[in-house]
Amino acid sequence: MIFRRFFRRTQPEPHVQEGLRKSRRGIFREIVALFDRSAIDDELFDDLEALLIQADLGVETTQALLDQLRARIRREGITDPAQARELLRQEMVALLEQATRNRRVKIYQRGVPFVTLVVGVNGTGKTTTIAKLAKYHQDRGRNVLLVAGDTFRAAAIDQLKVWGERLGVPVISHAPGADPGAVVFDGLQAAFNRNYDILLIDTAGRLHTKYNLMEELKKIRRVIQRQVPDAPQEVLLVIDATTGQNGLAQARLFTDAAGVTDIAIAKLDGTAKGGIAFAIARELGIPISYIGTGEKATDFAEFDPETYVDALFFDDEEAA
Amino acid sequence: MFETLTDRLTAAFQRIGRKGRLTEEDVDEALREVRRALLEADVHYRVVRDFVATVRERAIGEEVLRSLTPAQQVIAIVHQELVRLLGEERVPLQWAPQPPSVFLLVGLQGSGKTTHVAKLGALLKKEGRRPLLVAADVYRPAAIAQLQTLGQQNDLPVYAEGPNADPVDIARRAVAHARQYGYNPVIIDTAGRLQIDERMMQEVERIKAAVNPVEILLVADAMTGQEAVRVAEEFHRRLTLTGLILTKMDGDARGGAALSIRAVVGVPIKFIGTGERVDAIEPFYPDRLATRILGMGDVISLIEKAQQQTSEEERQKLQEKVLTGSFNLEDFLHQLQQLKRMGPLTQLLEMIPGVGQLIRQQQVQISDDEYKHIEAIILSMTPEERRNPDIITYSRRRRIARGSGTTMAEVSQLLSQFKQMQRMMAELGQAAMGGGRRGALRGLLGGGGNPLAALGNGGLDGLMGGLPTNLPSGSLPRRPPQPPPKAGKHAKNKKKHKKRH
Repeated sequence: MIFRRFFRRTQPEPHVQEGLRKSRRGIFREIVALFDRSAIDDELFDDLEALLIQADLGVETTQALLDQLRARIRREGITDPAQARELLRQEMVALLEQATRNRRVKIYQRGVPFVTLVVGVNGTGKTTTIAKLAKYHQDRGRNVLLVAGDTFRAAAIDQLKVWGERLGVPVISHAPGADPGAVVFDGLQAAFNRNYDILLIDTAGRLHTKYNLMEELKKIRRVIQRQVPDAPQEVLLVIDATTGQNGLAQARLFTDAAGVTDIAIAKLDGTAKGGIAFAIARELGIPISYIGTGEKATDFAEFDPETYVDALFFDDEEAA
Repeated sequence: MFETLTDRLTAAFQRIGRKGRLTEEDVDEALREVRRALLEADVHYRVVRDFVATVRERAIGEEVLRSLTPAQQVIAIVHQELVRLLGEERVPLQWAPQPPSVFLLVGLQGSGKTTHVAKLGALLKKEGRRPLLVAADVYRPAAIAQLQTLGQQNDLPVYAEGPNADPVDIARRAVAHARQYGYNPVIIDTAGRLQIDERMMQEVERIKAAVNPVEILLVADAMTGQEAVRVAEEFHRRLTLTGLILTKMDGDARGGAALSIRAVVGVPIKFIGTGERVDAIEPFYPDRLATRILGMGDVISLIEKAQQQTSEEERQKLQEKVLTGSFNLEDFLHQLQQLKRMGPLTQLLEMIPGVGQLIRQQQVQISDDEYKHIEAIILSMTPEERRNPDIITYSRRRRIARGSGTTMAEVSQLLSQFKQMQRMMAELGQAAMGGGRRGALRGLLGGGGNPLAALGNGGLDGLMGGLPTNLPSGSLPRRPPQPPPKAGKHAKNKKKHKKRH
C-alpha cells in the first residue's frame, strides 16, 4: 500500500526540539525531498500541492502558497530548485508571522491576576496544556493558581488536581456538576485575596457547534470580566495537531464565543504537524503562541514561526 | 455531520442540474467541486484522487451524458461509490465462542477511548449482556477515576487496580475476574498512545497477546485530518484491528477520516459516537451515512430513535387519539418529554432531509431551552386545564405565566398553536376515516408496519406542533404568534417530504 512508505518509526523523545523533529518525519520530509531535482517544472508544483494538502494546510491555503511561490519564482527568475525551496520556507514563515503580529503583549501587573481561559473541543489536551503553562509560569517566578472549570467530564477535576499536586500548585475546585461560573468566581476571589500572579482556568471540552455550551463559555467570560475588567488577558484555544480542516471552524466559533487571543497546538510529538495552523493564521489571523510536544509538564515551548518551520522542514538532522 | 461536504456537493450539482444536458467538461467541473469538498472534509488526498477517477470514469459514460437527468445520474454514482467506500454493509461485533469476549479499545490521546468504553458497556448492557469495564490506562492522571465514575453513574462494574500496576497484568487479571464471575464481554480501556511510540505500541501488543481480544477497535476522532490514515495503518499493522469507532460525530464538517480509514485500511466502522451522554453511540450504517453526505437526510435513524422511545401500544393509543381529535395537552407534554429523550433538538432536525442545510443557511440557533419553556407552561396548568384548554381564562393565563416564569403572551402563543395542531389532526383524522387520500394518510399515521408511523405519531408531531418551528423564518425564542395557515402548511410540507424517502 502506498501509505506504508510514510512510516518512520522512532524512539520516543522527551525534548521539544526532538518532538518537533519527529513531526517532520513524514509529509514535510517528503516536501524537502521534492526539491532534490534538476529543474522547476509543473510536476514539482503538482507534487507540492499534494503534499501540502496532506499536511492539513487545506485547499485554499495550499493554493495561495503555491500562487505566491510561482509568482516569486517568475519575478525573481529562479531556476534552481534549492532556491525555490528557500522561497517556500520564507513564504510559510511569512504566513505564520502575519498572525503572530496580532499577538497581544502579555502584561503582568502586580496586584492584578493575569487570567488565562483555556478552551477547546473535547480531547485536544486542555488540561495537560494547563499543567504545562503552570510550569512555564513557575519557571519564570510567577505564582500560579489553577481553577477546575471542567465540572462536567467524569474525573476531570481529579485530573487537574493530580497535576496540581505534581507541580505544587493549588487548585480551586467545586463538586462535579457544579456551575463552572461559580468555580471561576471563587478562583478569581482567591487569586485576588491571596495575591496570585497567574490564574489558569480549565474548561470542559465542548464541540463548537453546541449552542448551549458556547453560551456557557460566554457566561464564564462575563463572570471573569465583572471581577477583572481587563481579564481574561489571554483566551487560549487548544488545537490538536492531528486536527484537519475542522480546526478552522473551531477557531472561528470559539473566537466568536470566547474571544480567542492565542492558539496552542498540542500533541506535536506525533507524526501530525498541525498544518491547520497555517490555514488558521491565514484566514483568521489568530496567533499561535505555544506548542506542546508530549505528556510531561516540560514538553512545552513558546511558538516562533521561524523555528517552527525550520524544525518542520529544514533541520539537517535528516542525514542521521 | 458532514454538513460542509453535503452543502458543497449540493451546490455543485445544483449548477449542473440547471443546465439539463451534460458535457464532459460539466462533469469535470462538478468533479472539481467533489474533489474540493472531499479534501475539505479531510478525506485523504490519495483516496480522493482514486474516488474522483472512479466517479469520472462512470460519469462520462453514455448512460450519463445521454440521460435526461444527468445531475441525478452523477449524484447516484457518487452515492454508490461513497457507499462502496464506506463498506457495503454494517459489520456487527464479533463474539468469542468461549466467553468472555474481550474487546480492546486503542487509539491516540484524546480520541475518546474512556468515554466509549463506558458507552459500549451501557449499550451492551441494554442488550442484556453483563459487561465488565477494565481501567488499563495507568498513565493519564485520573483516567482510572474517570472510568470508575462512568461505571458508577451507569451501574456498570469496573475492574481497576492502582496506577502502579502493569497494564498487561491488569488486563490479564480482569479477564480471569470476568471468567470467574460470569462477566461478558470484557471491555478494556487503554492509554492513549502515538502510533510511533515504540514502547507504548509494544505494551499494547503485549496486552493483546495476554488476553486474545476478539475485537480490537481503533477509536478515532472524526475531526482528524489527513494523518488519520497513517495512524490507522500503523495501529492496524501492529495489532490487526477489527473495527473502528468514529467519535465526536455530533460536531460539524467532518468525517473524511471515516472515508479514508475505511478505504485505506479496510477495517469496518462499527460505531459512531454522537455526543457526551453515555447513550450517544450508534451502530454505523454505510448506506445511511452516504445518503447523508449527499444531503438526503437520515430519516431511518430518526425513525429508529423514535421507535426506541415508544412502545407499539403507546403508538396505537396515540394514533387513536389523533384520529378522534381527543389529543390534549397532557398527551402533548408526554410527547415532548419523549422527544427530549431522543437527544438534542438540533441533532434531530439535522436528520430530516433538507432541514440541516436550511438551519445552517439561516444560521438559526435552536436551543433546547425552548422545550423547557413549553414544558414549564404545561406543567403550570391544572390537569383539568390540560385536558380542556378552552377553560383557560385571562386570570388562569396570568397564573400559568407566573407559575412557569414566562409571559402571558407566551402562554397564549402556546395555546393558539396547540389549537391549530388539534385542528390539523382532526382534519387528518377525518380524511383518514373517509375515502380519498386514505392510503397515503394511513401510511403517515401509523398504518400497519410502515416505519413512517413512528415518525407521524411518536416523534414528529412533537416537532411539528409542539415546537412552532417555522424554520426558515428565524430563531425560535420569543417570537410573536404565527399566523395559523403558515404553520399548517409548513407541517404538511414536511410530511410530504418525508414520504418521498
